[in-house]
Amino acid sequence: MMFRRYFGVPDWSFRRRVEEFENLRKQLNFMNDAFMGVAPGRKAGVFPLVNLTEDKENYYLRAELPGVKSEDLDIQATGTTVSLSGERKIPAENDGAKYHRREREAGKFSRMMSLSSEINPDRVKAALADGILKVTLPKSEKAKPKQISIK
Amino acid sequence: MTDSKDIQVKEKTEVANPAEQTKPGPVFSPDVDIFENDQEIVLLADMPGVKADNLNIDLRENTLSIVGDISPSENADEEDILIEYEIGRFVRQFTLSEIIDQGSINAKLDNGVLRLTLPKVKKAAPRKITVSAA
Repeated sequence: MMFRRYFGVPDWSFRRRVEEFENLRKQLNFMNDAFMGVAPGRKAGVFPLVNLTEDKENYYLRAELPGVKSEDLDIQATGTTVSLSGERKIPAENDGAKYHRREREAGKFSRMMSLSSEINPDRVKAALADGILKVTLPKSEKAKPKQISIK
Repeated sequence: MTDSKDIQVKEKTEVANPAEQTKPGPVFSPDVDIFENDQEIVLLADMPGVKADNLNIDLRENTLSIVGDISPSENADEEDILIEYEIGRFVRQFTLSEIIDQGSINAKLDNGVLRLTLPKVKKAAPRKITVSAA
């Protein structure tokens, strides 16, 4: 048994070992995310990355969109969803420009998010300042927490 | 630049070993475009959340450093539901190979994008030297 396990069919056992490394790598990434305070498996992987917070009255949605103009942004809200789409344009430079680095990206984006409770779509506000979009989504009266007094 | 392309999600690159940081918190390296033409070097950097007052640009010898400080935009009573990106300072350094006319550097910050124009010092016109045989 020992002999077969360690010295039998070489390529098969090799593949097993590669799989094990892959699993280990995944587990390490998962642990890394967990320690860094990122909820594992919650990133949507869609541009733009957003931060969603709430207080008693509102939800707040923030996204980093440097260089995106407000006329190129389209925000729509329904009872429990927000959709964010638009285009990031990088104007072309003169013909004589020779590039050393080109890391900034242009293109279209669209993203949809679901909220856990209902909002009032008529009172949604959005502001774009210093390349950060902030959308304020007021919670509907039903969804707001109620203080319960003890008699 | 193609217009129809969709932007792929890209996480901010955290600087692994920022030198001499005196403030706590993560430090990120901004995405930049750098190009040059005959007269100038132009640098464009994405620095969302940085205000003009909190941006420091420094050119010493031939090292250009850009530091952008961020003030948190969240109120204290907000609770996090989903955090996909982190907020931190932006720091990046470049070594310039050309001699820059320091007096006419121009920096503009527009909607989170820095545009830094570094004009080159005009070189003396090339002169052909003829060698006369003795």
